Amino acid sequence: MQTLHINGDTHQLDVPADMPLLWVLRDVLKMTGTKFGCGIAQCGACTVQLDGKPARSCMLPVGSLGDQAVTTIEAIGATPEGARIQKAWLKAEVVQCGYCQSGQIMSATALLKAVPKPADADIDAAMAGNICRCGTYIRIREAIKQAAQS
Amino acid sequence: MSRLSDHAAPSRRAVLQGASVAGGGLLLGFSLPRAAKAQTASASGVFAPDAFIRIGRDDRVTLIMSQVEMGQGIHTAIPMILAEELDVPLSQVTTEEAPPNDKLYGNPIFYIQMTGGSTSVRALFMPMRKTAAAARAMLVTAAAQTWGVDAAACRTEAGAVIHDASGSRLGYGALVDAASVVPRPESPVLKDPKTFKLIGTPAKRLDTPDKVNGKAVFGIDALPDGVRFATLASCPVFGGTLGACDEKAALAVPGVRQVVKLDTLVAVVADHMWAAKLGLAALDIQWNDGPHAALSSVDLWGAIGKASEADGVTAQKIGDVDAALKGDGVITASYELPLLAHATMEPMNCTVHVTPDSCEIWVGIQVMTKAQRIAAAITGLPPEKITIHNHLIGGGFGRRLEEDGVGVAVRIAQHVDGPVKVVWTREEDIQHDMYRPVYRNVMGGRVENGKLVAWTHRVVGPAIIARYLPPAFKNGIDVDAVDGAIDLPYDIPHLRVDYVRHEMAGVPTAFWRGVGPNSTIFAAESFIDKLARQAGSDPLTFRRGLLAKNPRGLATLDLAAQKAGWGGALADRTGRGIAFQFVMGSFVATIAEVAVADDGVVTVKHITSAVDCGTIINPDTVVAQIQGGLIFGLTAASHGEITIERGRVQQSNFHDYRMLRINEVPTIAVHLVPSNEAPGGIGEPGTVAAMPAVANAIYAATGVQIQRMPIDPTLLAKKRSA
Repeated sequence: MQTLHINGDTHQLDVPADMPLLWVLRDVLKMTGTKFGCGIAQCGACTVQLDGKPARSCMLPVGSLGDQAVTTIEAIGATPEGARIQKAWLKAEVVQCGYCQSGQIMSATALLKAVPKPADADIDAAMAGNICRCGTYIRIREAIKQAAQS
Repeated sequence: MSRLSDHAAPSRRAVLQGASVAGGGLLLGFSLPRAAKAQTASASGVFAPDAFIRIGRDDRVTLIMSQVEMGQGIHTAIPMILAEELDVPLSQVTTEEAPPNDKLYGNPIFYIQMTGGSTSVRALFMPMRKTAAAARAMLVTAAAQTWGVDAAACRTEAGAVIHDASGSRLGYGALVDAASVVPRPESPVLKDPKTFKLIGTPAKRLDTPDKVNGKAVFGIDALPDGVRFATLASCPVFGGTLGACDEKAALAVPGVRQVVKLDTLVAVVADHMWAAKLGLAALDIQWNDGPHAALSSVDLWGAIGKASEADGVTAQKIGDVDAALKGDGVITASYELPLLAHATMEPMNCTVHVTPDSCEIWVGIQVMTKAQRIAAAITGLPPEKITIHNHLIGGGFGRRLEEDGVGVAVRIAQHVDGPVKVVWTREEDIQHDMYRPVYRNVMGGRVENGKLVAWTHRVVGPAIIARYLPPAFKNGIDVDAVDGAIDLPYDIPHLRVDYVRHEMAGVPTAFWRGVGPNSTIFAAESFIDKLARQAGSDPLTFRRGLLAKNPRGLATLDLAAQKAGWGGALADRTGRGIAFQFVMGSFVATIAEVAVADDGVVTVKHITSAVDCGTIINPDTVVAQIQGGLIFGLTAASHGEITIERGRVQQSNFHDYRMLRINEVPTIAVHLVPSNEAPGGIGEPGTVAAMPAVANAIYAATGVQIQRMPIDPTLLAKKRSA
């Protein structure tokens, strides 16, 4: 039995300890906002936050989480940084297909919390792990800067 | 694929209409089909003048969307066209996915219900305006009859009919019943484009709010009650089959329910994807590699090189090219593109529930009716028993123009009791794609007194059209493969384009964002720069000289040159390159600036694109599509190559099939040319532009021309001075 703290709720789940958080979220808890992209932490589509820090849930065994608080895209808007990022994302009209954007927003929100006024190099470092196949990177950069000023 | 429409000559129309794939309707003079009979509002509570528009008594306007949203903004652009001509606020319009039905919802360019080829706005702009204008006229008539006034004295505004003289006003919702019995006008009056309030404005997209909070539902997110999860391994060699496979090891994994063995694949069905993955990994699977077990990329390049030596079918001929190619100044060159995977961010997936008398499918697909047909063929059920729930698409790029994944999932689901969601791992997605084929272009040209007098272009590649839309494959010419090679925007007195069909046994091929023009424009624009150098001319001046009879093209090119600061000073091993194109109905001029390091590594620093895509529906979407399209093309130029060894795809995931990342992206400036011409396509032109613009910039920076993608830095390393 695994105990998980997700978006302020505590879940007792009968899942294997080595099961990645991604599949627990998507297939067991039916929280599908977190996306599967590669399964090997190369694309960032599955990014969640652990105690406010970004983590790739596709290679994150639930047995390793301990008491850390998991935040997903479904709840990130309730944080001040998350709300600002989401607003900036819509204002800059970042999104195209949208599939990678949950992960982009989780990474960007964590960046803004850690570095309130990120420079381009900070954005590169924080966001280079998130692939966008539609190529929305230019607007992602703009939106992070907008959110930092809001 | 734009050629299907651009060259919709009567003979082809007749062929297409008579063919089994024909769904009716023409681009020219096309009008959207109507429901057999307008529904009466009293029965349904809605005014539904045709298959596309429904207006409820609550004033909500529902647009039945034949085109799927995969990031290109079509679920905003088409509603904008409707809202403009119907005269309702965009916020009053809701979209709903159309059911599979070629007759009602066939793309007027392709005759099947398909989203692709940068055609949606081109195909639907006028038909959607006409259908919305007809609905508006019916609402006006209904209001005029209600008030007993002349319809000509009424006007519409923001979802209401107004009679100024009496101060009367009725919202559309209040007119639903009366409008439903008004005869539909044959030739409704369209708005004067000068009065457009919405078309041409940067309206906010309707699909994006739910894409920033996790609520958007893609095909992979479908969770019908009782669904189980499956993943699969297919024979690693195309054309091979499954050999021995003992299922016991998989069944021993907790959570695994079932192993499904088919002729070419094994699938493991489980309570969740993790168990399915572990179960699959536990299996010792023997494959029969089949006839392509020895295939390699070297073979593919060798075969297409040999094929290109033969004359092809003439696709276009101007003047006497053989005579004009004699004498001094003849140069030749060839340009090649490699295999590419689509690598959509949403891996291939499809959820299916098969019962003895029904088949229900949850998927995101660009071709609804093809999905329905393959499910019907596999299950033996009539099409009307196949229900498809289409979803937002997490990246299409041509991959979801193919229904192969639906077929695989249906075949697996036939063995499963209850619904099953089949999800391809990224490895399986990349190694069992249908690939952008290898293309080879062989060019010849002659410059005389600094002027281009003769041009030959041989396109060599598979005829995807012959497989995909057989009636459109005529006279041995793949209209997509030669798109961008024929009907050049340039004025060249002697020209010949020929096409050599060269199929690639052992590798399935398909359309890929940018389609045929990716190869033809890369070749043509690279060769133009080579000819300009031969002529001792600047690449901009040389192109301008060829565009004297093409004012739209010339203006677009000049705008890009001006914005990019063409001719300005550059550092050593830094260069600017132009790509100019007229494909998918849009003029795009692109100038890339690159720096090439001494070790040959290329950094793309900045890209400027000028775009004349005719009437612009949503300018912000046009900019976004050009930005994204360019980056998609830069990924291909920088990293994109699938290679084959022992019949197997060598790449497997994003570590060895790389995508451009945020730290690799140049700044991009997009400049739009205002226009009232017919709308052009915009989803793919950016991708087409990236490769030649960057290659020409490298040529300018180093004197070395890249003739095969992706860019090989070893060709560009600075030579030690002798």
